[in-house]
Amino acid sequence: MKSDPARPELTREEALELYYYMRLNRSLDELLVRLFRQNKIVGGLYGSLGQEATSIGTAYALGKGDWIAPLIRNVGSVLVRGYKPRDIMTQYMARVTSPTHGKDGTCHFGDLRVHHVVSPISMLGDLIPVMTGVAMAGRYLGQKIVAMTWIGDGGTSTGAFHEGMNLAAVQRAPLVVVLENNQWAYSTPVNRQAPLRDFADRARAYGIASYSVDGNDLVAVLRIAREAVEHARQGDGPVLIEAKTMRMLGHAQHDPAEYVPREMFEYWKARDPLTRFEKYLDQHKLCNEKEKSAIHARIERELAADLEFAENSAFPPPELAEEGVYCEGCHTIEAEWRRSKEALMPPESSVKPEWTIKNFGGMETEAAVVADRPHQHHQEDQQDSVVEPAIAHPPQTDRKRKISAPAPRRARR
Amino acid sequence: MATVTYLDAIRQALLEEMDRDPAVLLMGEDIGVYGGAFKATAGLLERFGWERVIDTPISETAIVGAAVGMSYLGLRPVAEMQFIDFIACAFNQITNFVAKSHYRWGAPVPIVIRGPAGGGVHGSAFHSANPEMYFVHTPGLKVVYPATAYDAKGLLKSAIRDNNPVLFFEHKFLYRRIKEELPEGDYTVPIGQAMVRRPGRDLTIVTYAAMVHASLEAAQQLAREGIEVEVVDLRTLLPLDRNTIIESVRRTNKLLVVHEDTRTGGIAGEIAALVTESALDDLDGPIRRVTSLDTPVPFSPPLEEHFLPNAARIAEAARDLARY
Repeated sequence: MKSDPARPELTREEALELYYYMRLNRSLDELLVRLFRQNKIVGGLYGSLGQEATSIGTAYALGKGDWIAPLIRNVGSVLVRGYKPRDIMTQYMARVTSPTHGKDGTCHFGDLRVHHVVSPISMLGDLIPVMTGVAMAGRYLGQKIVAMTWIGDGGTSTGAFHEGMNLAAVQRAPLVVVLENNQWAYSTPVNRQAPLRDFADRARAYGIASYSVDGNDLVAVLRIAREAVEHARQGDGPVLIEAKTMRMLGHAQHDPAEYVPREMFEYWKARDPLTRFEKYLDQHKLCNEKEKSAIHARIERELAADLEFAENSAFPPPELAEEGVYCEGCHTIEAEWRRSKEALMPPESSVKPEWTIKNFGGMETEAAVVADRPHQHHQEDQQDSVVEPAIAHPPQTDRKRKISAPAPRRARR
Repeated sequence: MATVTYLDAIRQALLEEMDRDPAVLLMGEDIGVYGGAFKATAGLLERFGWERVIDTPISETAIVGAAVGMSYLGLRPVAEMQFIDFIACAFNQITNFVAKSHYRWGAPVPIVIRGPAGGGVHGSAFHSANPEMYFVHTPGLKVVYPATAYDAKGLLKSAIRDNNPVLFFEHKFLYRRIKEELPEGDYTVPIGQAMVRRPGRDLTIVTYAAMVHASLEAAQQLAREGIEVEVVDLRTLLPLDRNTIIESVRRTNKLLVVHEDTRTGGIAGEIAALVTESALDDLDGPIRRVTSLDTPVPFSPPLEEHFLPNAARIAEAARDLARY
């Protein structure tokens, strides 16, 4: 799907909202750096500078009932899901008012009821199977939700990534995985993770749809993310989106990133996602100076109020360390059913416990011939595989829909 | 009342919980069409369908991870490890993701991870292990290891209904070797409660799983010699029922801990520390332990028999301690 450059893809309302999030993400990051330098942050500070469009454009494509699991740099994604700057600040400042009450820091928080955000852990890759489970449970309950999570170029080297992607693929789970290729895993460049030009190619191994997109082009990211979310929601299986972007700071504040060639920073600075989105807004006259100033003023006001809240918040009482290891009646576990439970109970649920085997796997079969030719093995091969009722909900009429992976767009100067 | 094996008790618990609550579903390798490597899930696919009995790829991390994600939406998945040795493949997911979820951000993880554990069946180093202590050392998990068919059924039901992640160890040596009459209808056995299997005044044996039976056999032998042994079956290893252990030691004044797990870092060490902290003055002798050797589980029958504790070794240690 190509966009018409003459016509904006965004409504005015969307454009203004997206600008608010982009600017807020950037300003919050800058504020956190100041707080770090003032020694007000406990532990490390992990920036999202340069990656805002990827976080915001992808999360913005989701609906209200959908679920996300961010990584540490996806501040923009959690803001889009309704968390406030004070939540990030109090997390980084280890205050009792933080979403985890000081039990954890950074973007390591979540909420099952309102925001539908699953907290990340530091071990990369683990979120992929977890969000596969979220997606499968949503389908099981008849909710028609999509689960989205993010992974870095480095995170795709883990076994958990592979196991999760593969399970999602065989289950045709409504999962969108955003692979943020920010060129660096701590100090290790991307070509030491995998010898791939496009990390989207990893999707081929799972027989699922994929895209590569310019991760610093907010409008392109949103367009692709919306398409991917729709694909997943329709029951056509998981999607991998590679967003090419750049981590514009070190791994964390302590890291001056001297291992990154200066020219590389300059290359990407010329492609700054916020500047580019501002240009887009100007070009399409989606936001005048007055509106921009109003957004800036709103952000300044909100950040000041939230900072005051955070700084006036107490540290947690020491005894809190002892609490909450187990759920001892503090939670009621209840699923939100949007389908009849009868279909899941006998006698309606009864099946003949037999596999349906369509081809016998020898070299002379068509599937094997295709598999024998590397690089011509596309997702439609999967259409021949067994699709049981369990993974075909909702029922599909046309399984041949194919999404080709557009070549990564060259950034405009 | 019908006579039911330990294995069938597990299958019954799964079936009855799935009948009771559509939020309960199963995931694992070869559990559906095949009915599981030990047939613990036989007939469940036929009864509950593809959505509730899910055959997965060989991906223990993904099985556990997906179970976690499902539980966040209010489901109660039961994940099978084909052999509990393979739980090591999901170690990170369990110790870092599952165990810390409720503590860090208040998200309960009502899942059960169950599978066949233990030796005595010549399964060699990768199909015989007792890896429970990795997880007993992990706050946030519950670890259950029943010794009888009654407990297996009642504890598995409790595990499924628990709001916390429960690792449910099943001793494969017991699967088809022990059977008992189970009551008709629904019953549960509470997690976290040990049980005195046999009362005695001369010394206490604290044990669990298959070693409960070896210890009872030893106790019978010793009774003929005039030594009355009290046998405490832990049933749950985490949280540990400290009171039952301490109360028993206060009655008998001597403690022998028996486990099939290897010696160093086994739960005997923890129990010894607990008893010396809380009941040192009640002890009339050293705390002793009978355990497996500190080696991997060897394959050849004479080697494995040498590796494992048995009733004779337990009786010998108990006799020594009684005489102390």
